[in-house]
Amino acid sequence: MAFLDFRGGSGRVQIVSKRRATCGRHSWSPRVGACVRRTHLVRKRALLGGSNKPRLHVGSGAMEGAMQTESKIRADSRTEPGPRGPGCSLRHFACEQNLLSRPDGSASFLQGDTSVLAGVYGPAEVKISKEIFNKATLEVILRPKTGLPGVAEKSRERLIRNTCEAVVLGALHPRTSITVVLQVVSDAGSLLACCLNAACMALVDAGVPMRALFCGVTCALDSDGTLMLDPTAKQEKEARAVLTFALDSVERKLLMSTTKGLYSDAELQQCLAAAQTASTHVFRFYRESLQRRYSKS
Amino acid sequence: RTVEPLEYYRRFLKENCRPDGRELGEFRTTTVNVGSIGTADGSSLVKLGNTTVICGIKAEFGAPPTDAPDKGYVVPNVDLSPLCSWRFRSGPPGEEAQVASQFIADVIENSQIIQKEDLCISSGKLAWVLYCDLICLNHDGNILDACTFALLAALKNVQLPEVTINEETALAEVNLKKKSYLNIRTHPVATSFAVFDDTLLIVDPTEEEEHLATGTLTVVMDEEGKLCCLHKPGGSGLTGAKLQDCMSRAVTRHKEVKKLMDEVFKSMKPK
Repeated sequence: MAFLDFRGGSGRVQIVSKRRATCGRHSWSPRVGACVRRTHLVRKRALLGGSNKPRLHVGSGAMEGAMQTESKIRADSRTEPGPRGPGCSLRHFACEQNLLSRPDGSASFLQGDTSVLAGVYGPAEVKISKEIFNKATLEVILRPKTGLPGVAEKSRERLIRNTCEAVVLGALHPRTSITVVLQVVSDAGSLLACCLNAACMALVDAGVPMRALFCGVTCALDSDGTLMLDPTAKQEKEARAVLTFALDSVERKLLMSTTKGLYSDAELQQCLAAAQTASTHVFRFYRESLQRRYSKS
Repeated sequence: RTVEPLEYYRRFLKENCRPDGRELGEFRTTTVNVGSIGTADGSSLVKLGNTTVICGIKAEFGAPPTDAPDKGYVVPNVDLSPLCSWRFRSGPPGEEAQVASQFIADVIENSQIIQKEDLCISSGKLAWVLYCDLICLNHDGNILDACTFALLAALKNVQLPEVTINEETALAEVNLKKKSYLNIRTHPVATSFAVFDDTLLIVDPTEEEEHLATGTLTVVMDEEGKLCCLHKPGGSGLTGAKLQDCMSRAVTRHKEVKKLMDEVFKSMKPK
């Protein structure tokens, strides 16, 4: 009987192994290249963390109910040994919330091998020079993995800050400050998108009022025009253009975009459409992860 | 206007025009002047309405980076001094200046306006380093457009002297009499938009409009309609259709700017 695994990404169901029975406790691990039992991972984290809250939500294989229905709806399936095929599929992603005790909200977002840790402090006291009389002052600090933060980090901080400002209901907390601190733990491509996702999850964890959720998606276009979603570091280097979009959850509108490289207008529209479809999967993952968290506690 | 600026603007926007009399899709008068700074290797001054940006380029010798021994480099720096606006203080560059510098660096890198290999004199040992200083003299909004235009005009104005490496002494000999222009491959032109109330898009915002806007968008386009940079730092959401409108406006703007540049350079040639 085929084991159908829903990879937190493309929505394409891949037949991984024809031998194992359908078992919700297994999830495809791209690094190992085989199905691994998921439960031991959860138990290990519980031991280390000491907290009973089910905070770890792995982005694939965890949606048992959804998996069965997905298998009936989507017929295209591929047997493939590698973690993802050529084309539009997102890497394996995982999210962990409430892992730090001091910040009001924290989250760690993992996309393939790229990992970013986010902490949110707020609404808190703000310096008189920075206060805005009718809304909250948002501040973003991005720390690179090595070295001191430079001009590129400042530019990314501005992008993330403006994206957050568009969704956070600052008017509910005037004359306060909300600080988002992001630390890059490992960078293997699509860093900005991972930062955006981590920031969103951390804001949710902190309970900051928002009008919508947002997610980051990266697209890479290589020299012959093929689109790749969620590129790895190697794919990004070889690509002709890398586009990162931040989309909101209500109407999939474009909140933020930053691009590198040359591309045409038609390619932009194509990437945007692909990013919008990919964002549905990310939002579904957010929703399920939050549902799991709040249903058990 | 001072008490309820947003309401004041909304009343104008309802009539599809702006307080300074422009249409929603109209740019301010652009003036450009090249070669004004004698001590720099290339310079230009661009005025977009009241926004004034001056660009000076100095070429110096430097060792090429070890991971790319046959490439020179271009180092842009945008300086938003307290002179241009009350919002800036003296001291280390603030966030806006850093973001603008990063934006210009990205535009240079993405559009490949000059081939970095052209800047190399001797592979692995000597290369030209172009230091581009963009100083804003008056900040009345739309700084990114003015900076890209100033940079482009200044780069077209740069004249590099010929350098030969003397084999005996292994020193570089600079021949100041023989100068050549840089080979500019593309002409990236930036068009900035401001988004109001999630629906209206206006082109070339002034400083007041930038403050009141809920979001901004900058599109950098080159001749073949290829986009070098789509910079949208947050703000309200935009649909695909709105983006299409922005693209078409950017294409027309590119033509206008190109025409202006060609006129300027044609008038400069016979010296």
